[in-house]
Parts: sequence; C-alpha cells; structure tokens
Amino acid sequence: MILDLSLQLAQMIIVLVLAPALMGFVRKVKSRLQQRQGPSILQPYRDLWKLSKKEAVLAENASWLFRVTPYLIFSATWTAASLVPTFATGLPLSVSADLIAIIALLGSARFFLALAGLDIGTSFGGIGSSREVMIASLAEPALIIVTFTLALIAGSTQLSVIAAFMTSGDAGLRVSLGLALVALIIVAIAENARVPVDNPATHLELTMVHEAMVLEYSARHLAVIEFAGSLKLLLYVSLIAAVFIPWGLATPDSAPAQYGIGVATYIAKLALAGVLLGVFETTIAKMRVFRVPEFLGISLMLALLGALLMFVTRSL
Amino acid sequence: MCGSNHEPALMSGLPTVVILLCGVAVLLAMGIVGAFAARTRNGSTLVYGICLLICATQTVVALHYVLAGAQAIPESYLLPIGLPWIGAHFDLDLLAALFLVVVNLGAASASLYGLGYGRHESQPSRVVPFFPAFLAAMNLVVIAGDAFTYLISWEFMSLSSWTLVMAHHQEASNRAAGYVYLVMASFGTLTLLVAFGLLAPAGGYVFVDMRLLDHEKLLTGIIFGLALIGCGSKAGVVPLHAWLPLAHPAAPSHVSALMSGVMTKVAIYGFIRIVFDLLGPPQTWWSVVVLSVGGVTAVLGVLQAMMQNDLKVLLAYSTVENVGIVFIALGLALAFESGGIHWAAALAFVAALFHVFNHSLFKSLLFYGAGAVHAATHERDMEHLGGLIHRMPVTAFAFLVGSMAISALPPLNGFVSEWLTFQAILVSPQLSAWGLKFLIPAVGAMLALSAALAAACFVKAFGLAFLGRPRSSATEIAHEAHPASRAAMLLLVALCVAAGILPGYVIDTIAPITDVFVGGHMPLQAAQSWLTIVPIDQTRSSYNGLFVFLFSALAASLGAYVIHRVASREVRRAPAWDCGYPDANPLLQYSASSFAQPIRRVFGTLLFQARETVAMPKPGDIGAARFHLVVRDLIWDTLYLPIARYVTLVAERANRAQSLTIRQYLGLVFITLVSLLSLLALLQ
Repeated sequence: MILDLSLQLAQMIIVLVLAPALMGFVRKVKSRLQQRQGPSILQPYRDLWKLSKKEAVLAENASWLFRVTPYLIFSATWTAASLVPTFATGLPLSVSADLIAIIALLGSARFFLALAGLDIGTSFGGIGSSREVMIASLAEPALIIVTFTLALIAGSTQLSVIAAFMTSGDAGLRVSLGLALVALIIVAIAENARVPVDNPATHLELTMVHEAMVLEYSARHLAVIEFAGSLKLLLYVSLIAAVFIPWGLATPDSAPAQYGIGVATYIAKLALAGVLLGVFETTIAKMRVFRVPEFLGISLMLALLGALLMFVTRSL
Repeated sequence: MCGSNHEPALMSGLPTVVILLCGVAVLLAMGIVGAFAARTRNGSTLVYGICLLICATQTVVALHYVLAGAQAIPESYLLPIGLPWIGAHFDLDLLAALFLVVVNLGAASASLYGLGYGRHESQPSRVVPFFPAFLAAMNLVVIAGDAFTYLISWEFMSLSSWTLVMAHHQEASNRAAGYVYLVMASFGTLTLLVAFGLLAPAGGYVFVDMRLLDHEKLLTGIIFGLALIGCGSKAGVVPLHAWLPLAHPAAPSHVSALMSGVMTKVAIYGFIRIVFDLLGPPQTWWSVVVLSVGGVTAVLGVLQAMMQNDLKVLLAYSTVENVGIVFIALGLALAFESGGIHWAAALAFVAALFHVFNHSLFKSLLFYGAGAVHAATHERDMEHLGGLIHRMPVTAFAFLVGSMAISALPPLNGFVSEWLTFQAILVSPQLSAWGLKFLIPAVGAMLALSAALAAACFVKAFGLAFLGRPRSSATEIAHEAHPASRAAMLLLVALCVAAGILPGYVIDTIAPITDVFVGGHMPLQAAQSWLTIVPIDQTRSSYNGLFVFLFSALAASLGAYVIHRVASREVRRAPAWDCGYPDANPLLQYSASSFAQPIRRVFGTLLFQARETVAMPKPGDIGAARFHLVVRDLIWDTLYLPIARYVTLVAERANRAQSLTIRQYLGLVFITLVSLLSLLALLQ
C-alpha cells in the first residue's frame, strides 16, 4: 500500500518535473531544424520562475473567476496527467477515473479557460474563447470515439487496463487501431494549440486561439497557465505512448528494476515524440481558422470509422 | 371511502399512497385559497410557504418509500371519485415513487424560490392560484393507476401549466406561445387517448388489468408509436419540440424551471410507464426508433441552444437536448432488453433515470439563475447583459455550478449519468441485431458531440451574461436576488455536487427498480471500496467522483499555496491590455451572436440554412456597414407551417357548412345516419 502510494506520488512529481522540459525540447528541435542554436531545454523552467516572481497586473474589472481559473486549470490538468500511465500501470489513483473521465477533466480545464477569456470583456478574449469552443466541439467527440475503439479492443475504458492489454500483444495489428491513432494525433495537435491549428509562438490576432484567451494574464497567473499547457502536451504524449507504444511499462507485480526501466523508456518516448512534433511543425504551414473544422472533421470521421469496424466485427 | 388492497404500510399504519394523496389534496386546496390570497399583501408568501412545506413532506415520504428498495411493496388505493361505479385508482411503486421524488424536490425548490421571486410578480393573481394546482397535477399523473385518472391528470397538468404560460398575456409573443402550446398539448393528449384505448379493450382500463393482457405484435407497435408521440411531444422530442422553446420561457421563471426541469420528466415517466411496463416485452425496432429520435433530439437541441441570444430560450432548447440524452439511454435499455442482455438494460435504464434526476436539479437551478437576472435587470437578451458576477455573486456562482453540471464536467453530477450512458453504449457490440451495430456507434458519436456542444453553449450563456462588462445601464445597477431565492439556488448547487461526488448512493437508490422493469440489475455499488462506482463487473471500468473532487481541490490549493509562498503575491489593478487597443465602449465586446459564429458556420450552414451577408458602403459613402444574419428553423418551415396552412384551408372549406338551411342540415344528419348504419352492417 505504502509502496503503491509512493509510486503514485512519484508519477505525479515526474509529470510535473518533465512537462516544461518536453516543451523546451520541442522548441530546441525546431530551432535546430531552422539552423538556429535556440534556447536551452531548461529555458521554460527559467521563464516560469521569472514569471512567478513578478507582480501580477489584473484588469480593473477582472472577477474572482479570472483569478482562480489558472489554479483550476492547473489542478484539472495535473489530476488528469496523474491518471495516465507514464512509467507504470495499475497505480492506486487510476481506479478513480477512466479515459472518458480524463477527457472530461481536460474539458473542465478548457471550460474555465474559455470563461476567463470572456471575463475582461475584450474582443480578443472573446474571439479566442469562441474559436476554442468550436475546436473543442469537434475534437472532444473524436476523442470519445477513439475511446470507444480502444475500450472495445481492451475490454475496458480504464487506461491502466488498456495499456496492460496493449503490452501483452494480444491486440495485434488492427485497422481500427491505425485509424484511432491518426484521429488521436490530430486531436492532440488541435488540443495543444500546435501548428497547423494554432501557433504557440505568435501574438498576431488572426492566428491565435489559445494565446488570445490568455492575453490578459500576467506574472504568476500566466506562469501557472503555461505550466498547465506544458502538462497537457505531456499528457497527450503519454496517452499516445501508453496505448500505441506501451513497451517498457512496469506492472504492479514487477521488480523494482523494472520501474527504473519504465522511467528510462518513458523519457525516451517523450524525446521521440518531441522530435516528431518538432519535425512535423517545421514542415507544415499554419492553416486558416475555418480550415480547422475540416481538419478535425477528418479526425472525427476516421475515429468513427474505426469504432464502426469494432462494433461490426471484433477482429479488424 | 372504499379503499382496496390494503398492503402493509410503511409508515404509521397509513399506506404511503394515502399520505401522498392527502398532500395533493392540500395543494389543490391551496389553489383555491390562492385565488383569494393573491390579492392580499402576504398572500403569495403564504401560498408558496405552504407549497414548500407540502412538497418537502411529499419528497421525504416518497424518498422513504424508494429507500426501502426491493422490500417496497406496491400499493394501490381506490377513491370513489371520477367515473361512476369505477372510481379513481392510484398506484405507488418504485418507479412512481422515484419520479415523485424528482417532481416534489423540484416543486419544493421552486416554492422556496417563489417566496422571493414572487415579490416581483406584477399580477400575482394570475400565478399564485395556478401554481399549487400545477404541482398537484404533476403529482397526480405519477400516481395515477388507471387510464382515465391518468388522462384527466395529464390534461389538468397541461391546462394548469398553460394558464401559467399565459400569466403575462399582454405580450403578443406569450399569447402566440400559449396558442402553440395548447394545440400541441391537445394533440399529445389525443394520441395518448388513442394509445390507452388500444391498450384497454372493453373494461380493462385499470393499469393492473392492462399488464395481464396479451396484445398482437402489430398492435403493440402502434401503441408504442402513439406513446412516443404523445409523451414525446410533452417531453420535447424533435420534431415535436416546437412549442417548448416558446412556452417554457414565457412563464415566470420558477414555473419555467418546473416546466423544463420537472414536467418534461413527468412526460418521460409516462413513456416509461407505457412502454416498459404496460406494453409487455419490447421489439427490437422500437429501440431503433427511440435511439434515432434521441440522438437527433440531443444534437439539434443543443445546436439550436447555441444559436439563441435569449437566456431562457437557450435554456429551453438545452432541455430538448437533455431529453434527447434520456431517450438515448432509454433506447439502449430497450435494445438490450429485446436482445436479452438484461444486466446491460439495467445499466442503461439506471443511466436514464439518473439523468432524469440530474437534469431536474441543474435545469431548475439554471432557470432560477435566469429568473434572478431577469428580476434584477428586466433583461433576458444576453446582448444586453454582462458583468453580473460583480453585482450578483451568489447567483453567478450558482449559475456557474449549474453550467458545469449540465456540460457534463467532472466532478459534478451531469458527468456521471453521461458516463454511465457511454458505458452502456460500449456493451452494445454484444447485441446480435445488425441495424443496431451501425446505429449505436453513430448515436454514441451524437451523444459525445452534444456533450461537447453543451459545454460550448454554457460557456456562452455564463460568459456573456455574467462575465465581461455590463452591456446596458440596467445591468450596471443590478442587485442580488432575494435570500429565499438564493437559498433555493444554493440548495440545488449542494445537491448537484453531492450527486456528483457520491454517485454510488444515487445508483444504489435507483437500481432496485430495474429488476421489475427490465428484468436485470446492476452490481451493488456500496460493495465497492472507497465509494468508487463500477457499473459492469466484467469490464471493471470505474469512476470515483470523490477522489477526483478531492484531488482537484487539493491540487488547486497546493498550487495556489506554493505560488503565494515562494513567489510573488503582489497584485496591481490596471486598465485591460487587449493588445494595446482597449475598446472604450462595452458594446464592442464579443456579442452572443458573434460568439456563436464559428459553430454556426461549421454546423448551421446546412442544418439551419444560416446565411450571413455584409453590406459594405461604397467607397466615399459614410453610411454604416450592415451585417445581416438569417437562421431558419427547417422543422418549423417544412413541417409545421405546411400543416398549419392545410388545416386553415380545410377549416375555411368546412366553414361553409356553418350557414346551411335547416333542410340541408337535416339532409346531412340523414346521410350520416345512413352511412354509419351501412358501415355497421358491412362490419357484421
């Protein structure tokens, strides 16, 4: 019991510690691909530290909701990230929420962020919120349908069970899994406001969705939101890794050395994902905002096709 | 008194159903008292106060019966009123008792809210007498034990709510709403009348006798269709929902809450009573119909809600969506029952009833919030609201919790019932019917879509009404709602949170019903450790609302604590940044229709034929640019309007028969008589 709880605690701390590093690593990869030196991988930690030390400037009519939203977003994202298997499956907290609940927790975070965008009463905040909810209204169903496919293959919506089933190799190669993977990657790109859906590096009004909502935030509030953003990226990478490249995950009855291997392979998976994301973002251009529904529609349709295959026959 | 079937009573020797009937009698008496009391100074307070007491008592009595679970004994009672020699039958079983809890909990909170809100009423004598009558009617529908009593109570419920819709009849839009409501309500009652007629040939019109009858397959199919139309039109199922977004917002807000939160549930009760209880074993195609109708209702309802600028109309359309979700779960229960997977049918049935309970809580809560806003600002249009979180903090908090719950966000209650529905959907590949294998994933996608759109819709509702800067002068001087109204809202907030973090208790309370209605049951949730819910033994998918709540609360407080301890805690207030170009005019904020624009473009171009045109003035012209938006309701245009036109045409033709000579009338009578007699001769 104590061991289980300490493993859970370890996971919660690992995701916190690694999240900014993943963000920094992606930036580093992109810089190198553009023939630049780029900032250090540790730069996001320094940014967070710098921001949290500054005096917060709040708009005159900011309500209490605006002030608590960063912490609510952070807590919902952190809760969700602690429930996704990173280096081990079967951790004690994992019974408290399945994949659907994790998706809904991220939905809660988005709900508050969109509200915060409307709180000050500026046009930029409104434009960001309204686009964010439009993107979410397509991305979230796609994610739920991907969950259907995974749950029908593994026999449960519990992520721990899904990851354990995938590790066992009984799943094999399936068409529906391939469709689910593509759908999941598209959703992950959209939800994390990455190129081609949104550009995390701009403040130009016409390209921004996420940045427009957090425009009025400063100092510690901004730091917490940025931290939650990097946690969310880590969460999606962990989710894809746990389901599609589950090798190296420790199970509840494995030896202590296996946990070490689990952590090492986890970091390797994050690095791989970081390289792939960096390469992808460098090779593709940002799309117009009203192209995004079509892009996400592809994800929704692929996910639905995969789920239909699973409903009709268990073998595809 | 000629009571029959005296079963051993639960409380103090009296059968529970008698206690409930006494409560109804007091409510009816309050209706009469209200007619006189409304004119006095504290009359409405008296009526609402007594309604609160009675409904709270009814809730406790019904809940006591429900909590007996499998041990609860069905009761019936015969009152010598109604049809001569037959009387009126009243039955109480677990299903009725559960819906009585929903009805009376909503009614009690509405009475509490009315204690404060009723003070704003300009014409109390148009509301106060009918309010208790409406409450009594809803109680009567649920405990009615024969077709006659059921239909009379149903019609009483329709008419008493119609009078409340017409309370502010000076506004033309309310009169139109009342007219459409009256037409649709009569149509619904008519189909139910035919349904009961077919169910009960020659004398078997008591529910107990109906259950014993064996009907042909074709006949049960027809009755099923009629029940779906009759109850569905009251519940607001697409395409029979047209009256709902007109009538619900027209009534005073606590009545809107009752109509949306409670009366639609009474309609769902009627559907369950006929289809799951009186009709006997279901056929597979019923589930196909119910699932399709439910899916379409959920998605269209929430998309329509997203397009609205009027806060109460938005809430009414969202009711349509939630009714769709309940029908999806009921369709799943029918599919599993006809497919012989009874434990899965039990899961879907519990999910449906859980959502019924949840929706009655958060929809009432949201309507109370909208009512408080209306009382404070005299505005329902979100384009004229904004910034109310500063002026009305308690209402804003309550509305926020309600918005989160209805958007199915954990750890609140709305999430749990949708989660249970998703779990039921994931069992469906075990069904053998091929049509369902394609339909159920599509319906699952619709459910997911409507949940996501609901979140978008309530970001809009809360964000535009309560956040931002005030868009009108009335909003700037708004004041917080009356303490009684605030108490009603906070009570519902507490219930939403409690049902969300302790869902196991709610499931265990509902679960004993399923053995009777779908012949299976869910695993006992109290047996799980740490209050986790595990609805299906085989898959072990689980959810623990308490952990999610505690962990989120701890993580948020820890984050805030650490930041404030180790980093800066200084705050400075300054003008909004807004990229350096802050708009001075609050009307330049994002508006309700601009917020909906991205979603309108994605979904509405096809579904609502939404067209936007921008007319720019010519170069050199200093006139204003015009933005024009057309959103059509295709169901209204292609279904209701042609029918209305046709009916008008027929009525005009028939009008000629109004002014015939006496000879022609006698001729008509003669022709009718002869044709009826020859028909009789042919049939024999």
